[in-house]
Amino acid sequence: MGLLDLQGVTKSFGDTPVIRGIDLAIDEGSLTCLIGASGSGKSTLLRIMNLLEPIDEGAVLLDGQDISQPGLDPQPIRQRIGIVFQSYNLFPHMTAAENVMLAPRRIKHLSRAELQAPVTALFDRFGLTDRMDRYPDQLSGGQQQRVAILRALAMQPQIMLFDEITSALDPELVGEVLDVLRQLRDDGMTMVLATHEMGFARALADRVCFLDQGRIAEEGRPAQVFGNPRHERTRAFLHRVL
Amino acid sequence: MRHTSQTRREIFETRQRRRANLLAAGSTAAVLLALVLLVPRAPGWDAVQRAFFDGQIFLDTLPGLARAFVLDVAIFAWCAPLIALLGLAAAIARGIRRPALTPLRLAAIAYIDIFRGLPVILVIYLVGFGIPGLGLPRPWNSPYLWGSVALVLVYSAYVAEVIRSGIESIHECQRAAALSLGLSEAHVMRDVILPQAVRRVVPANMNLLIALQKDVALLSFIGPVEIFRQAGVYKSLLANFTPYVGAALIFLAVTIPATRYADHLLARQQRARS
Repeated sequence: MGLLDLQGVTKSFGDTPVIRGIDLAIDEGSLTCLIGASGSGKSTLLRIMNLLEPIDEGAVLLDGQDISQPGLDPQPIRQRIGIVFQSYNLFPHMTAAENVMLAPRRIKHLSRAELQAPVTALFDRFGLTDRMDRYPDQLSGGQQQRVAILRALAMQPQIMLFDEITSALDPELVGEVLDVLRQLRDDGMTMVLATHEMGFARALADRVCFLDQGRIAEEGRPAQVFGNPRHERTRAFLHRVL
Repeated sequence: MRHTSQTRREIFETRQRRRANLLAAGSTAAVLLALVLLVPRAPGWDAVQRAFFDGQIFLDTLPGLARAFVLDVAIFAWCAPLIALLGLAAAIARGIRRPALTPLRLAAIAYIDIFRGLPVILVIYLVGFGIPGLGLPRPWNSPYLWGSVALVLVYSAYVAEVIRSGIESIHECQRAAALSLGLSEAHVMRDVILPQAVRRVVPANMNLLIALQKDVALLSFIGPVEIFRQAGVYKSLLANFTPYVGAALIFLAVTIPATRYADHLLARQQRARS
């Protein structure tokens, strides 16, 4: 059993099924990449893990605890599972540092003064020290996305989810964001990544899952999925994107 | 030689601009000239000029009107913060999602619907005459108090709707991002949604403030001697309407700069968003 376990998860939007029975175990310290066409269910699956979407059937277990049961207070769970979105979604009326401090201030009741040192250290580590007091619209897309990652990290989550976080970026800015992911992987962070960056997935993922119409059509080590796909639909998808 | 360094396009645009300015000045002058020449030819002009534009009466009554206007400003000044608070509270109550608090939400909807649907003067009459009519002791029978309450009730309903439109204009992604951090609904609203929403509707609320400044004059109907009522007193005393013109000019001296400032805020906001 993994740190996070999905068991027979299904989810429909109205009459449209988007997740049709997914079993997935995320091991502690692993990097899992979800690949697949738009609409295959990658984003929905990540939003389910963060409890932003309720599921219809099945269960999601975090450390063995069923976090998907209806009526459960999602707040403490979300504090343990960070998520970063494609569109950054920084709070535009706060500086980068205030964005990162908000959740610890409100949830852990720490003061700005108490947070100054650890947050500065966090910005230092990812080369953003001189951007701490800038507002989001004064930052490049790559910088905004890196701040969004720091904001999720500030609650020291056990798992980080990344929803196509480089898809909205200019090509020359993708690298700096992927570097952050490399750093987190070296730290041993448990990560799940929905991505179109096949090169990154191939080089760094422990496991690649190919989603097709709400199911995991194929999964395995990157060398196997990319090098020798068994499934016809996987082959067709990889042929289109590579 | 600076001039020869102008591009062909710049020379063309300069000429166009000069032409446009000339046309604008010419047509404005023509209209003004027509007004000045034609209005005095109207059969009743002499009577109107005497009744509305008596220079001596204007100068004599202006200081008294200005003193009375201080009361308008005071009523405005104590109403505005109360309106901001009540409007914000009603906007938040109207957006509440928790089932247990549904009565609060329904009360907010009823309040906003009722007070947005009534003429201001009607509310001032009902509240301003009705409540002191209960025979309350001083100072609870004051028309200043209940007139102000009427203004606060009406304008808070408008402000609530403006703030609500601001809340709804904040993209769902902001909510999702805040919730994903583990923040409570209350903190999401207070720290993330409201600060953005309120900022976004500052220009719309400025327009409501300007309208409020004018509607303070309606309180004169239930007693307080503010500028409009003072002008009425002068009118009866001097049998001349010029004090009303003076009062109008005093209002404009405040509302026109305020309107320009609101427009300036709106323009700046639109520039920032594009």
